[in-house]
Formats: sequence, structure tokens, C-alpha cells
Amino acid sequence: MNIHEYQAKAVLAEFGVKVPQGKVAFTVEEAVAAAKELGGKAVVKAQIHAGGRGKAGGVKVSKSLEEVEANARELLGKTLVTHQTGPEGKVVKRLLIEQLTDIRKEYYIGLVLDRAQGRIVMMASQEGGVEIEEVAAQHPEKIFRETIDPATGLNPFQANNLAYKLELPPTAVRKAVQFMMGLYNAFVAKDCSVAEINPLVLTGEGDILALDAKLNFDDNALYRHPDIVALRDEDEEDPKEIEASKYGLSYIALDGNIGCMVNGAGLAMATMDTIKYYGGAPANFLDVGGGASEEKVTAAFKIILSDPKVQGILVNIFGGIMKCDVIANGVVAAAKQVGLDKPLVVRLEGTNVEQGKAILNESGLSIVAADSLADAAQKIVALV
Amino acid sequence: MSILVNKDTRVITQGITGSAGLFHTQQALAYGTNVVGGTTPGKGGTTVEGLPVFNTVEEAVRETGANASVIYVPPAFAADAIMEAVAAELDLVICITEGIPVLDMVKVKRFMEGKHTRLIGPNCPGVITPGECKIGIMPGYIHTPGKVGVVSRSGTLTYEAVYQLTVRGIGQSTAVGIGGDPVNGTNFVDVLKMFNDDPNTEAVIMIGEIGGTAEEEAAEWIRQNMTKPVVGFIAGATAPPGRRMGHAGAIVSGGSGTAESKIEKMKECGIRVAPTPSEMGSTLYTLLEERGLLEVCKTH
Repeated sequence: MNIHEYQAKAVLAEFGVKVPQGKVAFTVEEAVAAAKELGGKAVVKAQIHAGGRGKAGGVKVSKSLEEVEANARELLGKTLVTHQTGPEGKVVKRLLIEQLTDIRKEYYIGLVLDRAQGRIVMMASQEGGVEIEEVAAQHPEKIFRETIDPATGLNPFQANNLAYKLELPPTAVRKAVQFMMGLYNAFVAKDCSVAEINPLVLTGEGDILALDAKLNFDDNALYRHPDIVALRDEDEEDPKEIEASKYGLSYIALDGNIGCMVNGAGLAMATMDTIKYYGGAPANFLDVGGGASEEKVTAAFKIILSDPKVQGILVNIFGGIMKCDVIANGVVAAAKQVGLDKPLVVRLEGTNVEQGKAILNESGLSIVAADSLADAAQKIVALV
Repeated sequence: MSILVNKDTRVITQGITGSAGLFHTQQALAYGTNVVGGTTPGKGGTTVEGLPVFNTVEEAVRETGANASVIYVPPAFAADAIMEAVAAELDLVICITEGIPVLDMVKVKRFMEGKHTRLIGPNCPGVITPGECKIGIMPGYIHTPGKVGVVSRSGTLTYEAVYQLTVRGIGQSTAVGIGGDPVNGTNFVDVLKMFNDDPNTEAVIMIGEIGGTAEEEAAEWIRQNMTKPVVGFIAGATAPPGRRMGHAGAIVSGGSGTAESKIEKMKECGIRVAPTPSEMGSTLYTLLEERGLLEVCKTH
């Protein structure tokens, strides 16, 4: 799960991570009021769940209340297109009104999981304010790493190592160590999956501040963080994905026109790949899971069909735990309920496959049966 | 021969009185797996399917002589269940549970350092040696005893591969689901080493997916060490970057973990990559033919 920058900064501040003073604004009036509290000057920052906002014109330094007002008016309701939003962009509905910061130098600090080691790693670089992936690709030697033992957590000496490698002025080292310790504590306490401070800045006064902050959270751990769940902004998510999550379905909207319903994440991905291989384009990823009921299958069907781009559906089930007759009943019930008028190709294999096929044949629906995943993909591609 | 499990494996089910634990214990018994008991805290002293239930793994191991466990407890308690099994010094722990917080698994991995237990999973279908021992949620009947090893990060894709082999008359030595989570107990290289050393395994199908670099590392290991032919497949070529595709570990982040880079590396290391998941079986079949291994791998 993702949250906004202003929310991430509030979470980090609880752990003693220094962030600039600021306030969220949903209206122009709130923006101006917030800027007044900061003394009239402020940075107006668009709050969307995507990086690259600065380059896309979503961050405006405003030297007066008039400028704050004009910039807030321009940004609120504007569709911002960054390299992370896709071409359709994202509408700005919230602003962060933040104090101006006197930046002496920009750095990068991040925490990620190193999958190979099964450990959290803190990364630091003097190359702040640019994409860390680019730095990693072109100058891997400019990224410093400390692997963290979960039994001790981040040790002060490790933070110290990083602070000195960043060549911070001696007076800022202790502040940077405190910052890193706070960041790690927040990461662990809130079950983050990614934490990125880019840029971390050294100010003119010698302070260490998180000028930007990105926190992502482990979906598996959300059950123990109701405070984080409360920060969810449903405007930033696809309504179909929100609906799917209510039924425990794993759904991700894509750009194509062939809706997919599959059991198992790997098989669902492989089904999308096969559609593409035969020249089609999948409209979604959808894993109905291992124990899908008729009700769940019906819900999945409705969600797929609520996407206006969908011109045909491919159902691919390898029944292990999931019995083919249950799936077949769900498909038939759903197709009748929604009055399906689009081509439907079904490939069933596994437990109770014969009963499943019989249910589909006797349903009176025009369902195209397929023998293998390749056969199914070719048939649906030909039909849409 | 086989790897990890066989007819002598003595299994307990952790979470045996829960619905998933009970159902799959029944299925395992029906398959012929040597299930010797189970645990559910608070239910000790009762029986399930004629099997004794214990409050703790330690007690279950002492009383039954179990050397393996399978875990079906809910995600919030699963990390603790794994550590309980490790502390009881079981040889093998297979965790089926999906949805364990990643940082819990980071702790588990640390806890396991220096201990002898092997963990398979979490978030995996389990391990099966056809005809001998089925531990997990895979449908037993699609498998046939034989000489091809299967290792995979995905459940249903494993079934797909196994089924394609079985219908072509090619049996399996052992099929291992290592799971779809970013931090797991056993990786591709661990399983490939076992298959390489197993005299009954003649060839391997390895099924990966986007996210992480485990497939690349496995490919490099294969190039340097593997004496047996390997067919590969990677799922997720069409997955958009930055999105978690069902499995917690199936995510392309920061340009790394793409299907393209994995496929390229696998080909470079001499692995025969199936172009679509429908062709995993046929690709292996052709490769066995080329290497003169088809006859020994065919189940007659």
C-alpha cells in the first residue's frame, strides 16, 4: 500500500525523523491559510501516488501568499503526468504546503529488502534528487550499503559509517545518524516494504531534513497497522481493484481488451503472457485464489465486465483444490446474471473436469471450450 | 530415490484442526503419506482422523518421532509456527500459509541460521514425491512416479508442468514448490543441487516468475555445476512494473526482476526456455529426445 508524501512525513516525524514544517490542503483557502502560518512563503507540492512530480510541474516554490494562491489554484484539479503515472496522469486533489528549505546539498537514503540475503539494507548516496535506479545502473560505486541484522536492528556504527561515507560536515554527522536510526525504527515498526528519502538535505543551518519521503507498506502486515490503513486514499486506486479486494480477489487493471480469470498468481501471469504471445492484449490480472466459491467467481466476472475495454473473456482454471464444477457453476451463474454478450473461452483442467465441462455444455450459453492454455489464448484472440 | 520427502518421511500437520489443515491432512492420508499426528495449541489429547493431536511441536516430535511438518496456520501466527518447528529440530518444515508479513520472515530466516532444519515456502503448494509422499495442497492424481524434477515459485504453474509431463508419459522424481514470497526458506539453487545429486532425477523443469534475481543466480549455478538438462519458464513478461502480481515476491522494481532479463540469462546459461507455459512439457520432451534420455524417463 502507498501513502502520500505528507502522510509519510507525519509517520516519520513520530519516530524522530526531521521533516520540514508543513500542512496538507484540500482547497485554495486551506493552502493560503497554511502558508500564512509559515510566514507567507511556501513550497506548494502536489500530492499524488507517483514520483517525478517536480519535473512534471507539480512542485512550485512560492515567494508570497499571492503566489501560493495562484499555484494552489493551478495545481488543484490539474492532471499531472509523470513518468510513473502513465500517459493518463493523475488528478491532484491534495497539496502539501511546506516551509521553504535552504538547501546546501542533496543526498539519498533508502531502506529496501535484499531478497537474496533476506535482510533489510540501508542505502545512502551523495547523488540525491535523481532516480536512484539510474545511479545504481551507471555508478554503483556511488551507493553505500549497510545490511541490517534483525536481531540488533540498525546499529549506530552502521549509520555512522554511512554518514562518513556521505562526507557530511562533522557537525551534521550526529544528526544524520539520529535520522537514519529513526528511519529504520519507523520502517520496522510500521512494516514498510520501501522507504525512500530522496532528497535528504543538508540545510544552510547544518540541519538534516527529509525534503521528500516515500513509504510503501507490506500488504501482508496491514492487519496489524490500522493507523496506516486509515491513510489509504481510494482516489489513488482503481475502483475495480478496490472492489476486488473486498472479495479477496487479486485484481490488477491493464490496458488490453481480453479479460482474464485464472486461479493462482503464476498461472494468471502466464495466461496474460500467452495472450500477448498470440497477438492479443490482456485487460487485467485476476487470481481467484485456491478456495474460490461460486459467489467469488460471480464477483470476479462482474468486475472484469465493469471494464468497458473488455471485449472478450478467457477463463483458465487448473483445478487442484479448486474444483472445476464449482468454477463452471460460478461462470454460468455470473454469465446469466450479467447477461453476458461477449465471447467467452473457458479452459478447465484438473479435479472434476468432466462435471465442469458438462455444466458449461448444458448451460445454453455460447461458451467456447479450449483444451489447453495455448488453444484458449488463440481462440479468444481470434474472437475479439 | 527422490529429494526431500519419501515413503519414510514422518509428517505432522501444524494447525491440524483448522479447515485447511484438516482437509489437506485427509488428502495426504488418502495419497498414502505417512502422517503421524498434528498440533493445535489447546487441542492436545484429542484425535483427528485417528491421529493424535498435541499442544506443541516439541511434544508431537517426542511422541511420534516425526521428522517433518507442514504448516497451515493463519499468517499472523505462521512465522512463530515455523520457528517452533525449527526449535524442535525437525529435518524439514513446509509452510503452505500465504500472507506472512515480510519482516516476520526476515526474523525467521535469522532465527534459522546455524540450525539444521530446511524450510520450504512459505506461500507454496508443498512437496510431492509421486507414489510415496504428498505434503501440501497439490492435486495428487496428476502426478506419476518418474525421473524429472520440477521446481517452481508458483503453485498452479507447477501443476500445469506436472500435468503436461504426465500426459506425455513422463513421470516426476519430486515436485517442489519453493513459494511466491520474497523471503523464503529454500531457493532454486538449493533444490537444483539436490536434483543434481539425486541419481533418480535425469532432468529438471524450473519455473520462475518476475521479481528478485533468484532465477539469474540459479541460471549461473546451472551453467557452472548442473550435469542434467534443464527446461525453464518465466511468468510475468506482460506484468506492469511496480505492481505486485498476486504473489508478494512477483514485482518488478527499479527495472530489476523483469522476465526479459531472466529469460535472457537462462538462455545464456544453456537452459532451454519454453516460449509459452503450454510448451513446458513438449520442450522438455524434445530435449530428452535430443539427449537420448527419453527412454529412461518414459513411464511404461
